[in-house]
Amino acid sequence: MLRFLYANDLDQFPILADTMFKHRAIQFRDRLGWDVSVDDNGHERDEYDDINPLYVIWENADGTHGGSMRFLPTTGDTMINDHFAHVIEGTDIRSPLIWECTRFCLAPDADRRVTAGLVLGAAELMKHFEIMQFVGVFDPRMERIYSLLGVCPEVIGRVGEGDDEIGVGLWGFDETARPKVQSRAKLSEEEANTWFRQSFNLPLISAVEEKTMSLSA
Amino acid sequence: MSLNKLVNMQESLSHATTLEELQRAAETIRDDYNVDHVVYHWVNSVGERFGCGTYTSEWVDRYLEKDYLYIDPVILGCFHRFDPVNWKQLDWSSKGAREMLRDACDYGVGPQGFTIPVRGPKGQYALFTLADSRSDDEWETFIEEKKKDMILVSHTFNQKALELEERVFQLEAAQLSKRERSTLTLLAKGKNRAQAAQELEISENTLRVYVESARHKLGALNTTHAVARALAAGQIVV
Repeated sequence: MLRFLYANDLDQFPILADTMFKHRAIQFRDRLGWDVSVDDNGHERDEYDDINPLYVIWENADGTHGGSMRFLPTTGDTMINDHFAHVIEGTDIRSPLIWECTRFCLAPDADRRVTAGLVLGAAELMKHFEIMQFVGVFDPRMERIYSLLGVCPEVIGRVGEGDDEIGVGLWGFDETARPKVQSRAKLSEEEANTWFRQSFNLPLISAVEEKTMSLSA
Repeated sequence: MSLNKLVNMQESLSHATTLEELQRAAETIRDDYNVDHVVYHWVNSVGERFGCGTYTSEWVDRYLEKDYLYIDPVILGCFHRFDPVNWKQLDWSSKGAREMLRDACDYGVGPQGFTIPVRGPKGQYALFTLADSRSDDEWETFIEEKKKDMILVSHTFNQKALELEERVFQLEAAQLSKRERSTLTLLAKGKNRAQAAQELEISENTLRVYVESARHKLGALNTTHAVARALAAGQIVV
């Protein structure tokens, strides 16, 4: 299932948090060879994990981490404005309608549906919080993965070469790609919306109402 | 509120140089949006607080006297997050919180509320709150309709508060990047988005992001307003 959790809620989900930060170490340090710091617990964490970001996390049936993304509003401190402004010719991207998405991470054995599920999670954020675009850091592999999911990343600046290349880019969920992404994630919009509502303590739209709405639509 | 009124409000807010002007803006929003209260409350990088808004001094005194700050679910629940919050989403389960809400209603605050947490640079944060006594359904509809306006306005308040704190009024100094300037210049010349995007060899989505980023820096409400302000500030020349 999808969970939308602020950092200060992670202690309620110790297994999920522990495996998420460990998988980040595996992905960013071991596999991509990024210069990231890993603590004594084997957790990859940076300063942005300390300012209470919002995580969208795919939780496996056994409570472990399947994949995740980390979000921050660009009006506050963000990785891209602090560290990547030079990549995009000094444009610091700040707007209440644009959020930063970083540390997109998949568990080493992640199910094929996870990435698509996370993209649907990001789509829920866009829909409910008036977000127009996400700005993020991409490695070439992620660009390919995203493109397959109809989120059309557009890289607006690059540093490094070959495998070390990192791009700063924009992306948003293209609603026309929804059927494809949903079938890949094996998820309905209602399920994603229900998980969103549970996480944010919003009243659930009952199945009956949902049906009436879709009938009348 | 009509778009024009909102643009005017945004415009006068962006010229504000005193807390009193912020106060008047809060009152204008209250009247034009027909809600009971509008409050802006901020904490700066060294933990100092200030605020402005339409709560009565009786309620503010009562709030302080009862130390509600330490049990208020709006404060406890909103200062660490950044998604806009209907007060119903917060945890009102404690006896103290429920008593506080009853008390607040006696002072004309609530029971409905909508709070937009705002994050600024270097750990600064603020809350922008609307409080009202509409029914649950009416309040939900109100939020759905006004959410985006309120998000934009809350951030204008915050930019202004940051300027007030620094005593630097950056109307002229909001530095646009090269890409933002080229984008606004083409729009000012009457090109539409597609043409401008083509000329800059970027997608329309990316163009929208540059426009949006410039809009926010200029404290403008929409694209036309952003172009006008960039021209007025001499940041672009057509």
